[in-house]
Amino acid sequence: MTTRTSWAHNPAAKKLMEEIEARRALPAVVRGASRRQFFKMTGLAGAGLVIGMAGACSKQNGAVAASDGPAADFNPYVQITPAGVIRIFAKNPEIGQGVKTSLPMIVAEELDAKWEDVEVVQSEIDESRYGPQFAGGSLSTPMNWDRLRQAGAIAKAMLIAAAAAEWDVAASECSARDSAVHHEASDKSLSYGALAEAAAKGPVPAADAVKLKDRSDYRLLGKRITGVDNEAIVTGKPLFGIDQTVPGMVYATYVKCPAVGGRPATVNIEEVKARPGVIDVFTIDGDGDPLSVMPGVAIVAKSTWAAFAARRALNVEWDESDASKDSTSASDEAAMTRATQAPDSTVESFGDVEAALSGAAKTIEASYAYAFVSHAQLEPENTLAHYKEDGALEIWSPTQTPQGAVDLAAKVAGVEPEKVTLHQTRIGGGFGRRLMNDYVAEAVAITKRVGKPVKLQWTREDDMQHDFYRPGGYHFFKGGLDGDGRLAAWRNHFVTFSGDGESPITAGDIGKGVFPGELAGNYKVERSLLDWNTPSGWWRAPSSCTIAFATQCFAHELAIAAGRDHKEFLLEIMGEPRWLKEGDPGVMNTGRAAAVINLACEKAAWGRMMPKGAGLGLAFYFSHQGHFAEVAEVSVSDDKAVTVHKVWVAADIGPVINMSGAENQCEGSVMDGLSTMMGLEVNFENGRALETNFDRYPIMRMRHAPEVDVHFIQSDFPPTGAGEPALPPLAPAVANAIFAATGDRVRQLPLSRSGYRFA
Amino acid sequence: MVKLVVNGREQELGDVDPQTPLLWALRDELGLVGTKFGCGIAQCGACTVHVDGRPTRSCVTPVGAIDGAKVTTIEGLAGEDGALTPLQQAWIDEDVAQCGYCQAGQLMAASALLADNPSPSDEDIDNAMSGNLCRCATYKRIRKAIHIAAKGNGQ
Ligand code: FES
Ligand code: FES
Repeated sequence: MTTRTSWAHNPAAKKLMEEIEARRALPAVVRGASRRQFFKMTGLAGAGLVIGMAGACSKQNGAVAASDGPAADFNPYVQITPAGVIRIFAKNPEIGQGVKTSLPMIVAEELDAKWEDVEVVQSEIDESRYGPQFAGGSLSTPMNWDRLRQAGAIAKAMLIAAAAAEWDVAASECSARDSAVHHEASDKSLSYGALAEAAAKGPVPAADAVKLKDRSDYRLLGKRITGVDNEAIVTGKPLFGIDQTVPGMVYATYVKCPAVGGRPATVNIEEVKARPGVIDVFTIDGDGDPLSVMPGVAIVAKSTWAAFAARRALNVEWDESDASKDSTSASDEAAMTRATQAPDSTVESFGDVEAALSGAAKTIEASYAYAFVSHAQLEPENTLAHYKEDGALEIWSPTQTPQGAVDLAAKVAGVEPEKVTLHQTRIGGGFGRRLMNDYVAEAVAITKRVGKPVKLQWTREDDMQHDFYRPGGYHFFKGGLDGDGRLAAWRNHFVTFSGDGESPITAGDIGKGVFPGELAGNYKVERSLLDWNTPSGWWRAPSSCTIAFATQCFAHELAIAAGRDHKEFLLEIMGEPRWLKEGDPGVMNTGRAAAVINLACEKAAWGRMMPKGAGLGLAFYFSHQGHFAEVAEVSVSDDKAVTVHKVWVAADIGPVINMSGAENQCEGSVMDGLSTMMGLEVNFENGRALETNFDRYPIMRMRHAPEVDVHFIQSDFPPTGAGEPALPPLAPAVANAIFAATGDRVRQLPLSRSGYRFA
Repeated sequence: MVKLVVNGREQELGDVDPQTPLLWALRDELGLVGTKFGCGIAQCGACTVHVDGRPTRSCVTPVGAIDGAKVTTIEGLAGEDGALTPLQQAWIDEDVAQCGYCQAGQLMAASALLADNPSPSDEDIDNAMSGNLCRCATYKRIRKAIHIAAKGNGQ
């Protein structure tokens, strides 16, 4: 055993976070670098002819000629066949956020390809060609915006050059449109298919030598484009990780101690081996890292069901001497005690909050709390892995961090990363869970032992017992108002969890720049740490998803205490339109904030009279570079049955790439937020999660889905992601609406803890 | 030995244990992986198929209990010639899916609904569909696609 003090103390996860944080800053770095350097860096230079195709193709809008020849290869993102099929490679994992459609749209726009001619192919994993490939932080759009536009523009320039040479005219006299190059003066046209072979052999222009299109010339971006996998989805094609098969594969289930850190002491291996269909049963020591392989018992069988059925006969006595003893009820109590004590540290401070509080005309205090929750992505973890005789490892896995999965798999198998091939599959929901690759590591450990292709399948119970949970947390606020009812002071004592006694658990920190920050004038965030053992992780809009609830409800409390309208109060806090940190798109712009607050309120007819038992609630939040305001209209019965009738979303994420996808993300985020705030919690006793399947984890169903009305302010700022930032404002908007409807201030999530339920 | 008629074809389930849930027989024995595993306890609807026309949770239906039954899965929803049903087409056109994992179950539940009730109200839809979770929460589009398909049916 290492000297780790807790299973939740996770240096590797911390490193991953740092990497993602570092990559978050990449677009700025890229803009700073010369474009030529950038293309060198990303391998976007090689052109030529390729024969044969790797990866699963998707979507074929145009018919492919049976006689089609080999595709010309322009760069890692673009290939064109003689018959004019334009293959665009989708580099990042598709978890339902829509990037398998939206990222290729960016290439197609600059390429001036007709979308009907485009065939999207999921790319291989290759950092040297594609740069970072992952789905996290709503970063796919901002991190690839320049790279993909350049990829399309460079290929287009090569096609134009080839046409110009063919016609012996200047390239500047030619233009491209609808998958063809035109020469207006002579009224000639050549299709991309006809030009492809010659074009791909031509010189590759430097990225800074090609002109990117003006937004006003866009033909594709901003339109409603349906998902490239839609037909495969509705016909049940094998798209997902769980659907992958190879000849000769066997099936495995892996049983770990329900309290993290427990090890199998005694196991009835022989008895389980004798069960029908069972091929082998063995224990794995693992490396003791929750991000890799924890100790457990593998059952390998001829089918998934044979493995699951044999598992019922499994008897394991766990050695829990090093296992987590986490208890939610104990930490709830400990948090209340910490609230009365001096905080461990100060996270951020502006002005003099203590002086401002004692000088305030009015002060109010409030404490907020929220529970741990599970990701509960609908596809339980699985991976198909094949360790071959020559030490090569082939993997099919639904992972949000495929490059990290390759490295981890190599480590677990004891081979060089070059020996690992990982195929990206479509992913049945991510929400941050699959940033961790523990299930990949387990599949690798098992295939290495059995030497056959192994499909590891987790049960739902495995999934919910061995999640990297969204951390719970506690906020103890004190706020002050001046004599004119303006915000004068804001103090937030945040009580969170720690595995090492020094730093918060993964996704359990509050960080700097949390609302209202410097806008309050006098502001302080303090932090205290409670001991915690169970691994935690990033869950859709990490930390924002919970902190928004606490801060935006408390802002409403202050507005009420001041006798002010919530909207006016928020706009006053925003003040003059400006970036709070010039040049850093990760920090809020108060002008964009005010604009979405105004728009959401306008659409919802904010301020209108509401019948008894009904109310409107407002909240704003900035996260993942997106400015979002939401207004919820709710009614609440005398016995606390809640109906959320409608939610208005106003968003500024810059220009929208795919309107259908962006709206879908906003609708989904709103409903995810509502589902989670109403009834979802994972509680722990003796280190064990108590809610381990959907019978005790009531994800919202259709009958409770509100109407959602989404409005985008398509500003000229660079486009940013839509998968996460619509979620944080939902919970405070609904809680504020419940207050407006009933006068009851709910300061705990889920609402079910306070007796609320869906009507 | 259990026999089933799956998507119009007779299938003999060899040495499959009659206790095996239909879900796993379809996926692992017959290679029909369109039907999905979500919870295994009849809570999510991802595994919904039609057994003799009724929407059924295949994860809790032992094959031995439905010997001889007619089973339709997502792979058998379209016509023999591959022609999509109006429901499938509406799902594509309305861009319903996010991750798409629940959608086979949603489509099977929805097609059973439309077979029973060709022009369902919002409430009918909610009632019929509330056994099917969508973790990505595409509920609004599911409802709309069902209405569109119902209209397309000429109802
Ligand atoms: S897998 Fe059958 S209902 Fe969830
Ligand atoms: S689309 Fe992801 S679960 Fe429904």
